[in-house]
Amino acid sequence: MVYLTRRAEFSASHLYHNPAFSAEENRRVFGKCNNPNGHGHNYTLEVTVKGEVDARSGFVVDLKQLKEVMQREVLDAMDHRFLNKEVAEFFTRIPTTENLAIVIWERLSPKLNHAALHRVRVYETPDLFADFYGEA
Amino acid sequence: MKAHLTRRYRFSASHRLHSDAMSAQENLATYGKCNNPHGHGHNYFVEVTVSGPVEEATGMVCNLADLDGFVDREVIERYDLQHLNASSEFSERVPTTENLCIAIYELLKQGFDKAHVEKVRIEETLMNSFEYAGHAEMH
Repeated sequence: MVYLTRRAEFSASHLYHNPAFSAEENRRVFGKCNNPNGHGHNYTLEVTVKGEVDARSGFVVDLKQLKEVMQREVLDAMDHRFLNKEVAEFFTRIPTTENLAIVIWERLSPKLNHAALHRVRVYETPDLFADFYGEA
Repeated sequence: MKAHLTRRYRFSASHRLHSDAMSAQENLATYGKCNNPHGHGHNYFVEVTVSGPVEEATGMVCNLADLDGFVDREVIERYDLQHLNASSEFSERVPTTENLCIAIYELLKQGFDKAHVEKVRIEETLMNSFEYAGHAEMH
């Protein structure tokens, strides 16, 4: 088994707000991430796939296909967007780094033909990242 | 759904690698310049990984303010701009980065109850890093 990781970057804005909470509760739980007009990050995405090395091609996965799927499913949808308002999953889910990793997994997983997704890692800043391994 | 969250912290400290169980010559052979009698310092980077179900109401594994608060209070306050050998946990153990990993992991395991503590990873320099996850297998 070989693991292969591809990195991509995108920039987006978001805010943390749960309509079920009072204004005070939102402020207490989410702090400045609750500022009503949102704020932005330069996100780094790392997608790791795993598989056996194909004897003929020497590839675990066709990198071009992985790159295209990441471009279509993630970058085209999220780069330079306001996540809460422009990405459907975040109309109802709070766009935390954890949920971004989960949503990106859900977007990529059915689209990858020949390799199994192992991990989605999303860096919100160089000092904070979330990993999702598809665990229930 | 279960996710892992990793936060990176930094502190600076000095240490000296020296074991009382070894002769002076043996210490020098084992630890080289890390055995220099007056110690030396590093800028350490510490990565703390916690895991757990993502809570629906908050979208979080745990509130970062809780994790930051705990690490600042129990780890950074304890070690930043200190001489590691002077800390009680290193009176018997040599303050290698391996042992520092274990010490920080144990501080978190004992005191942080807002999420499952998965792993502590420390970069002593840009060229070396150490990880400790208790008895769990690492991802």
